[in-house]
Amino acid sequence: MAAPFDLNDDGVVVIIGTGAGGGVLANELAQRGVSVVALEAGGRYLPEDYLNDEWDSFGQLAWTDPRTTSGDWRVARDFSGLPAWIVKAVGGTTTHWAGASIRFQPHEWKAATTYGRVQGANLLDWPIDEVEMAPWYDLAEEKLGVTRTGGRAGLPGNNNYKVFEAGARAVGYEEVHTGRMAINSADFDGRPACQQTGFCFQGCKWGAKWSAAYTDIPRGEATGNLEVRENAHVARILHDDRGLVTGVEYFDRDGALQFQRARIVCVAGNSFESPRLLLNSASSMFPDGLANSSGQVGRNYMRHVTGSVYGVFDQPVRMWRGTTMAGIIQDEARHDPSRGFVAGYELETLALGLPFMAAFLDPGGWGREFTSALDSYQNMAGMWIVGEDMPQETNRVTLNHDVTDRWGLPVANVHFDDHPNDVAMRNHAYARGQAIYEAVGATRTFPTPPYPSTHNLGTNRMSENPRDGVVNRWGQTHDVANLFVSDGSQFTTGAAENPTLTIVALAIRQADHIARQMSAGAL
Amino acid sequence: MSKHETPRGLTRRQLLARASAMGAFVVGAGFIAAPNAAWAIETTHLDSETFATLVQMARDIYPHDYVADEYYVVAVRGYDTPEQAAAITAGIAALDAAARGRGFPSYVGTGWERDRVDILRSMEDSAFFQQIRGGLVTGLYNQKEVWPLFGYEGESFSQGGYLHRGFDDITWL
Repeated sequence: MAAPFDLNDDGVVVIIGTGAGGGVLANELAQRGVSVVALEAGGRYLPEDYLNDEWDSFGQLAWTDPRTTSGDWRVARDFSGLPAWIVKAVGGTTTHWAGASIRFQPHEWKAATTYGRVQGANLLDWPIDEVEMAPWYDLAEEKLGVTRTGGRAGLPGNNNYKVFEAGARAVGYEEVHTGRMAINSADFDGRPACQQTGFCFQGCKWGAKWSAAYTDIPRGEATGNLEVRENAHVARILHDDRGLVTGVEYFDRDGALQFQRARIVCVAGNSFESPRLLLNSASSMFPDGLANSSGQVGRNYMRHVTGSVYGVFDQPVRMWRGTTMAGIIQDEARHDPSRGFVAGYELETLALGLPFMAAFLDPGGWGREFTSALDSYQNMAGMWIVGEDMPQETNRVTLNHDVTDRWGLPVANVHFDDHPNDVAMRNHAYARGQAIYEAVGATRTFPTPPYPSTHNLGTNRMSENPRDGVVNRWGQTHDVANLFVSDGSQFTTGAAENPTLTIVALAIRQADHIARQMSAGAL
Repeated sequence: MSKHETPRGLTRRQLLARASAMGAFVVGAGFIAAPNAAWAIETTHLDSETFATLVQMARDIYPHDYVADEYYVVAVRGYDTPEQAAAITAGIAALDAAARGRGFPSYVGTGWERDRVDILRSMEDSAFFQQIRGGLVTGLYNQKEVWPLFGYEGESFSQGGYLHRGFDDITWL
C-alpha cells in the first residue's frame, strides 16, 4: 500500500519527529520498502521560505511552545521559558544546525571506563563502540556530504576563521582547520556550494548545508512509502495488554484528536519532547511512564559544556560574513585529567548578528560596559565551546503538571545543575579562548554564558543492562519490543562533538536493523 | 515617525530653555521634537514629559553615542497605548521621585549620566526597569535602520552572499 496511509493501517511504522533522527530514519526505512507515517509537530519550510533575519527566523522556525526550567544553570534565569533553541518544522533542527559533522573519539564510547569514577556523575559506557559505528559513520558522511571526508575539500576560511586560526597557531595549537562540515565546498548531491552568506542558523537559503527538510524527507516521500503529516502534535502512545504499543494519539492541524495505528513506533522528538511523551503515556501497566521500568526516562539530561568567547580588536573582523561555524580547534578535545577535569572540548567559530549579540552577549546586561562592547560589534570575532558534560541523574526532564500546553498536556520541566567537572572545563575553555584572541591583539574579550541549548542529549539513554537506561544497542526500548527511540535522547554520554553526525549514523543503523527484523518477522 | 520642521509658536529662548532640561523638546501637550528637528512624535496616551523621560531612560540603559534619539523613540513608542500608559507613567514617576530624593529636580534634570545610572541601578530589579530593558533588546537592536550604525550588514542572500563580497577580506592579521 502506498502513501497516504489509513489511520487504521496497523502495518506502518510511526515516527514521531522528522529531524536528524526521525527524518533520516523515515527516509532510510522508506528506501527499504517499509511503510512509514511521520508525525511532525511543525510545518514545512524550504529554502525559499527561510529568512536572513534572526528574530523573524526564530519566529518562523523555533520551538516556542511552553516549557519550564529549574536548577542553577544561567539559562533558567535568563531564558526561563526557553531552555532550548531548537526547531519545530519538517526536518527539525537540521534546518538550524551549523553543520559541524565530527565523529566521536574512540574513548568517548567508553566514558565510564576511560574517566573512572567521577563523584556525582552517572557515567556509563555505550554498549557500542567505534568499530561497530565506523561503517555507519561512513554512510552518514556520504549522505551529508561532509567536507574533509570522502575526498571532499574543506571550506574556505572566512574572516572570523582567519582570526581564530591565527590566534590558535600563536598559542601553539596544531589541530586547526575549517572543519568537517555538512556544507558543500563544491556542488554535491544536487545542491550548490556554499556562497558564504552567513545565516546558517536561520536555514540555508541555497541548500548548501544538508538538512533533512530538502534531502531525506522528499526522497522518502518520492518512494511512495513515506507520508509526512505536518502540524501533528503527538499526545500519547497507546499499548495493548501484552505491553506492545499499538499506535499513537495526536492532535491534527485542526486540533482534532486522531489515532494512528502502528506496527512499530519510533520516538524522535528531541531530548525534551521524547521523554515527555513517554512520561505522558503512563498507564496502569506502565505507571511511571512508558518504557520506564529503570526510572531513567528523562534523567541524565546533557547539553554539552558550552559558552562562547568573543574578542574585540582594533580593526574590523565582520564575523557575520560567511559560514557561521567556519572552523575548529581540536587540540583540547582529548581526555587529559592534568587539566583539572575529565573529558575534553572542541572550540569552533561562531558568529551572531547584531540582534542576537544584543540578546546573548550578556543577558540582562546594560549600561556602558555592555554597550561599549556592541559599539565594537564589527571588530568582534567569536568562538563557541562544545565539550562533554557529565550525565547526572538529577539533571532531568519531568512533567510540570502546573503548566499545560495548548492541548492541555503537562509541559516538560528541564532541571539542570552544572557538575563541578563542567564548571572546571568551561573555565578552562574560557581562559584558552581569551588567550587565543589576546594572542592576535584583542583589546577586550568576553567569556559569554551558554545560550539556550541546541545540543540536547541523554534523556532516554542507551545501556547494555536494562537497569541502567531506557534503550538497548539498537535504540529499542528495553521494556517494549516495538517501541524505539531514534534521536539524541538515546545518547549514553555526550562526547565532545556536535551530535548530529552521530544521530544520523545511529538512525541509518537503526533503519537497517528495523527493516531486517520486520523482514524476519521478529517485529 | 515622521520628520517635522521645528514647530512654530515657540521662541528660540523657550526652545533653548527646554533643551537644557532634556535631550528632547517637549513642545506642547503630547508633542515632542528633537532639538535639531530631526524627528518629532505626537504621543496620545503618555504625556510628553513622561515620554521624553522614557526616551532618556532608554538611552541611559543602552547608551550608544552615535545612535540618535530617534531610534530610542522608535524603541519605546510602543508603550504609548491605553493599556500601558498607567504603568509607564507610574514607573517614570518613581524614577523622578528617586531623582528628587537625591537632590535633582527630576530624572532628566540630572547633569551627568552617572547620576541617572545610579538611580537606575537602585531600581534595577523592579518590574518596570526590567520591562523597559527587556523590550529595548529587540526594540532598539532589531531596528534594521540601526544596523548600519554598528556596521552590521543584515541579510545577504539577495546579494549572493559574501563569496565575492569580502567574506575573507581581512588584511590586518
